[in-house]
Amino acid sequence: MIHTIAFYLFAAMVIASAMMVIFARNPVHSVMWLILSFFNAAGLMVLVGAEFIAMLLVIVYVGAVAVLFLFVVMMLDIDYAEMRAGFMRNMPLGLLIALILLAEIVLGIGAYRTGAIELGTPDGTGAAPLGASNIEAIGSLMFTRYVFLFEAAGIILLVAMIGAIVLTHLGSGPARGQQNVSRQNRRRPEEATRNVTPEIGKGIEL
Amino acid sequence: MIGVEHYVVVATILFVLGVLGIFINRKNVIVILMSIELMLLAVNINLVAFSAFLGDLTGQVFAMFVLTVAAAEAAIGLAILVVFFRRRRTIAVDSVSQLQG
Repeated sequence: MIHTIAFYLFAAMVIASAMMVIFARNPVHSVMWLILSFFNAAGLMVLVGAEFIAMLLVIVYVGAVAVLFLFVVMMLDIDYAEMRAGFMRNMPLGLLIALILLAEIVLGIGAYRTGAIELGTPDGTGAAPLGASNIEAIGSLMFTRYVFLFEAAGIILLVAMIGAIVLTHLGSGPARGQQNVSRQNRRRPEEATRNVTPEIGKGIEL
Repeated sequence: MIGVEHYVVVATILFVLGVLGIFINRKNVIVILMSIELMLLAVNINLVAFSAFLGDLTGQVFAMFVLTVAAAEAAIGLAILVVFFRRRRTIAVDSVSQLQG
């Protein structure tokens, strides 16, 4: 009973906050709704016993990706009112395409329910060992059977990190406001000052 | 009792909302990127639900790889966005076709 209530609560919150993500006027609010949506999706995953992925979702998405979005939204000085100019104009086409896509997916699920599609049964290679917790079972699968995929994921992250740094790096020119100590020390009074005797009533050109 | 169908329905609605978000916020790249994240979240919910109900952990491992790719995509996408904004002082996607050099 409590399980059912929790499922419907999380599911309703996921969908409502996803709607707010795409309809919010202010992108900062969009990011906040995105965070709420990820929290509730993590709740949905906890309900089926996938705690590890749920916690990973919270750490990676809320802790890293959403904060990255927030930084970019706040850093760029953009007129967001102008950005929404075509909002209502794009709405009919968007709704049409969304409805067609929904109908297609519903048809697919219906075909599966009537038995027209055979998805196969798991062969047992990914079955959780008896008595192991979720994280233990995932770890024992990921570091043995999927270890090369795991390393490939690490390489993807490394490439993404280097790519982001290279893209946003501002070049190797001297930064503004840098101190050149040897030039300061080489400066003598003769080249920094000069003696003038201006005529009475006349100023000097600086 | 909650079955896998319930999860599939939630994931379907979430995915369609992501597609709708891409279409109605055609100018704002940041919201488009967020919509893509929503679609990837829907895929992850599907993978985890099927993995849990079939008793096969491969789906959860795969969901982790999807998560990796989503994080990498967000980082690269936002980096390109920042470079684009520095160059053109706008992030309207209409003018992205003129991105030169």
